This record gives sequence, C-alpha cells and structure tokens, in this order.
Amino acid sequence: MLKINQLHKSYPIGDSSLHVLKGIDLEVEKGEMVAIMGSSGSGKSTLLNIIGMLDEADSGDYILDELPIKDLTEKKAAVYRNKFLGFIFQSFNLINYKNALENVALPLYYQGMKRKERQEKALFHLEKVGLADWAQHLPKELSGGQNQRVAIARALAANPKLLLADEPTGALDTKTSHEIMAFIQQLNDEGKTILMVTHEEDIASMCKRVVRLRDGVIMEDKKVEQVRAEQYV
Amino acid sequence: MFDLDLWREIFQSINMNRTRSLLSGFTVAFAILLFTILFGIANGLQNTFAEAFVDDATNSIFINSGMTTKAHKGLQSGRRIKFKNEDFDYVKEEFGNKIEFITARIYRNTQASFRNEQNTYDLRAVHPDHQFLEKTKIKEGRYINQNDLENKTKVAIIGRLVEEDLFLKTTALGKYINLSGIQYKVVGIFTDAGGDNEERKIYMPITTAQHLYGNNDYIDQISLTYNPEMNYDQALAFGNQITKKMKDRFSVARSDQRAIRVRNMAEGTRAISKMTGVLTFFILFIGLGTLMAGIVGVSNIMIFIVKERTKEIGIRKALGASPKSIVSIILIESILITAIAGYVGLLLGVGVLELAGPSLKTYFIKDPSISNSLVIGATLALIIAGTIAGYLPAKKASRIKPIVALRND
Repeated sequence: MLKINQLHKSYPIGDSSLHVLKGIDLEVEKGEMVAIMGSSGSGKSTLLNIIGMLDEADSGDYILDELPIKDLTEKKAAVYRNKFLGFIFQSFNLINYKNALENVALPLYYQGMKRKERQEKALFHLEKVGLADWAQHLPKELSGGQNQRVAIARALAANPKLLLADEPTGALDTKTSHEIMAFIQQLNDEGKTILMVTHEEDIASMCKRVVRLRDGVIMEDKKVEQVRAEQYV
Repeated sequence: MFDLDLWREIFQSINMNRTRSLLSGFTVAFAILLFTILFGIANGLQNTFAEAFVDDATNSIFINSGMTTKAHKGLQSGRRIKFKNEDFDYVKEEFGNKIEFITARIYRNTQASFRNEQNTYDLRAVHPDHQFLEKTKIKEGRYINQNDLENKTKVAIIGRLVEEDLFLKTTALGKYINLSGIQYKVVGIFTDAGGDNEERKIYMPITTAQHLYGNNDYIDQISLTYNPEMNYDQALAFGNQITKKMKDRFSVARSDQRAIRVRNMAEGTRAISKMTGVLTFFILFIGLGTLMAGIVGVSNIMIFIVKERTKEIGIRKALGASPKSIVSIILIESILITAIAGYVGLLLGVGVLELAGPSLKTYFIKDPSISNSLVIGATLALIIAGTIAGYLPAKKASRIKPIVALRND
C-alpha cells in the first residue's frame, strides 16, 4: 500500500539547515492502523506532510499504491491528494462560512462531480458519522467533537485509499477523544488504511501498530494489542 | 464554458464578506464617478465651443471697411472707405481659385408687417453663395438665385421665427410681406443652427436692395470661404494676402488697422481646437489617474483578502483544489467587484450629469454627457482593471503552500 525508502528532508534555517528526517524506511499494508509517535521536533509531522503530498522530500522514494510519488507538479499533487488521500486535522480545518454538508461536499466538487450527486453523497457520509440532522449547520454552531466528525466525513467523501490524521484528538476532551477514536477504529474495521500522528500514549495504544520517531530516525516499530475505544465511551 | 458551481462559490464568498467587498467596490465606484463627471464636463465645454462656431463656416473670411486712421499717399486720415460691386468682383477674380463661396452683404433694419402683425428685423441683402457661408437650411421654398440678382426681383427669404411672428399659424410661402413700405414675395423659409437670433433675419437679393435703398452700388461687407483643403498656414497666408491687396487697392497704409479689417476664422478655430485638445488630455490624465488609484485600492484589498483566506485556500488545496481553480476564484471575485462597482459609479455619474446638466449652462457647459462608445470602453476598461487588480493577489493565493496555511497557530 505505502512504501517509503531512505527518506531525507531538511529545512533551511538562516545559513545552516535543519535535518529533520534522516533516512526513514516505512512500509504500511492495506488495512493497517498506524500511530506515528514522537516528541515535538522528532519529524513526525514532516513525515505525515510528505506522505500527504503537502511537502516534498529531498531524497528517497515514496510509493503509494504502486504509484511513485515524485517531482509532482502542483496540479498533479492536487489531483493525487483528492483521489488517494483523506485528511483529518487537529483543528478540524472546516471552512467557516460553509455548512456541514457543503464542507463534506467540497472534495467532491474538486473531483468535478455534479452538484446534486455530490450533495447526496455528502449527506450519506454525514449520516455515517451521525450528523445528518446537522447538515445545514455552520461549524461554529457545532461542538468540537461534531466538527471533527464533519471533518472525518469530509475525509471519507472522496473514498480515499489512505486516511491521514494529524493529532485528530488534540483539540478534544478525553471523552470526545474516545468517541472519535471509536469511530476511527470502526473505519479501520471496515478496511480503511489509517495513518495517525499523535503524542498521546493512550491514543496510540488504540492503533494496531506504533512507530516511534526521535531526531528524524525510527527508534521503534512494533505491532501492539489494540485497545478498543468503545469501552470508554 | 459557464461553471455554475464556481459562481456559487464566488457569490458565497462575496456574500460572507459584504462589508469588505463593499469597501473595495467603493474606491472603484468613486473613481468611475469622478471620471464620468469630469469627462461629461469636458464634453460640455467642447459643446459650448462648437456651438459658438456652428453659426458660420469655420473656413470663413470677413472683409469689412472703416475709417482710415493714417494719412497715406497724400490722402488724409479720417477718410471713409466704402466697398462697391467692383470691389466684390475684384476679390472674386483676383482670388477665384482659392475661394469656395463668396458673397457681399448689405445690412439694414427693416420694419416688416403682414396684415396686423409687425416687427423690426435685421435685413441682409446678399448673393446666392451666402446660404453656404451662413449654413442656412431651407425649410420650404428656395434661396436667392442668379435670376433674382439679374432681374432685381422683389423677393424675400424669411427666418422660421419671422414666419411664426408675422404669419402666426399660417404658411408664409407665396404670400407678400411688407418691408418698410414695399411688398416682397416670400419665396423661402429657412432655419439656422445659430440660434433664435439667426432665425429672426430676412434675406433679399443684393441687387434689389441696392436699387431700392439709394440706387447705388455700395456694399457693407464681403464674406468668403476659402478652399477647405487649405491648411492652417495657407489659410493664414491667404487672409494676409487679401488684407494687403485690399489696402493697396484703397491706398491705405499697411499699418492702418481700421480702414480695412479682415477677420479670418482660421485663427479662432485653431486656438479652440488646441484648447479642447489640451483639455481632453488633462481630463483623460486625471480620469486615468483616478481609475489607477481605484485599481490599486482593489488590488490592495484583494491582497488582504488572500491573506485573510490563506487558511481556507490551504484547506481547499489539501482537498484537491488545483492552482487554476484558486486563481479563478480570486480573479473572478476581483473582476466582479470592480465591474459591478464601476458600473454603479458610471450610472451615478451619468445620473449626476443628467440632473446637473441644465443648470451648468451658465458656466459654459452645454449638454454634458458621455457617449455610448465611451460607456462600452469604460466597461471593458473596468474588466481589464479588475483583472489587473486581481492578478497579483490571485497568483499569490495559488502559491500558498497548504502545509504553511494549515500549520496550527
């Protein structure tokens, strides 16, 4: 599904440069649920950005579903992101003047889908996250957990191969966090491949595999016994 | 290709930021308002000038006589110069190849009456060419012709307002009008663009007037138009040449300014066209300046909009928006705001001109208005202006990196 080989990335800081990723090797199979852990500055977000084609590596290979991701033009990157990837952010990143339905329908708009069709599809996904009744509400009228569920519905709308989550529970309280995690686990049960950046141990323990980064290299990569989130809800 | 969804996106964005859009539109609307009004006023001034000269052909030369002020060739000063038919013939022969139309004039006041109506009018006794010099338009009947001159016929061509004054609601053509005691047949009624005063005149053949008023061959003035193909310098030289020849003919000192006076319209026309040219240039300069300020204003606000929407643009890009779609959103929004606001300004400007126009006549501004072609031109300029104003911000927006935009802050 996902194959990364000797990935390097550095950022210029003034005259010198900061070497953030120092040769990452990572392979993720279809249906996996992987947590990437590490303290801040360990390079976990940079890694996720490169996987999400929001950033480009200096060297190394990145193959997504047998498709080499290299030297992308902005246009091509936009198409790939739209087709292959679903994003879930810590701060939800919903568009504040669009209601829940419109937000969920946005990736479908960029796919060129007809208005009627994409609204139907968006409504279907909102239903799946249990927010069909809130379709016409603006993000500011929803709670944090509801907003994150709208964001998840949006990430799912385009039916991506890979779901990328950057601290999806970072802005939520424990109870809501567990609700969201239960939902993400359910998606994984249905077969979605999920890659998640977090620095919370209990969230990481709800994944099936934990990859620990420190100073730009992988320190540890092990399968874990998944803690089900439902029991806390 | 009409992308309804794109327009929906743009209207949603404008609607969400109404104040901001209004503010940025205001600059443009104001610029166009100023531009329209300035342009209208310039046009009004030009109309006033044009009207001042519409009465007579612009290539006219008038030759008048007066009293000598200097002794010359043994003749005393204070001698009265009077033109006669032979002088008219002389000018006609001497300069025949350079003259388009030529006429002599005799001026009189006349008491005119028809039945119980009577009034005093200017009478002009002229040659047939006078019609073209004065730009007289015949409404009914005919003008003076060669036959009238030869037979000294007692005919009159009267102005539209003379007919109205004396003949009331009836037609004057074919009836007899009494001019200072003599009956003349009305053979023509004319109109003149020179205004009411010009339409209260009566024309008759010059030979008739000479015969009836003193039985002499004096004339008051010789008027002519020169060949319109002559340029300014040639026309000026021609006028000077006439002055010289006529002064010699009457033994008048070259430096005598009073005895022979030649008025050459070429001089005035030249000065006016120069002045309106400069005026138009200034108005265009000011107008374009204001428009430019408007463009900069919109551009500035669009840059601000892009900055404010950085995060949103980042989200869109992460969800698969192509750079092109980002550019079109910003660009079309900019064009839309500029075009609508500009059009409002244009309408306001036209309205102001329309309302204030009549009261501006005292300031030598007549019919201030702007032409349709200018309106179309301005609309196109606005769309171009919107594109220019939106281009840089749109480019900036398309270069936003989603990773930067989405960084938690």
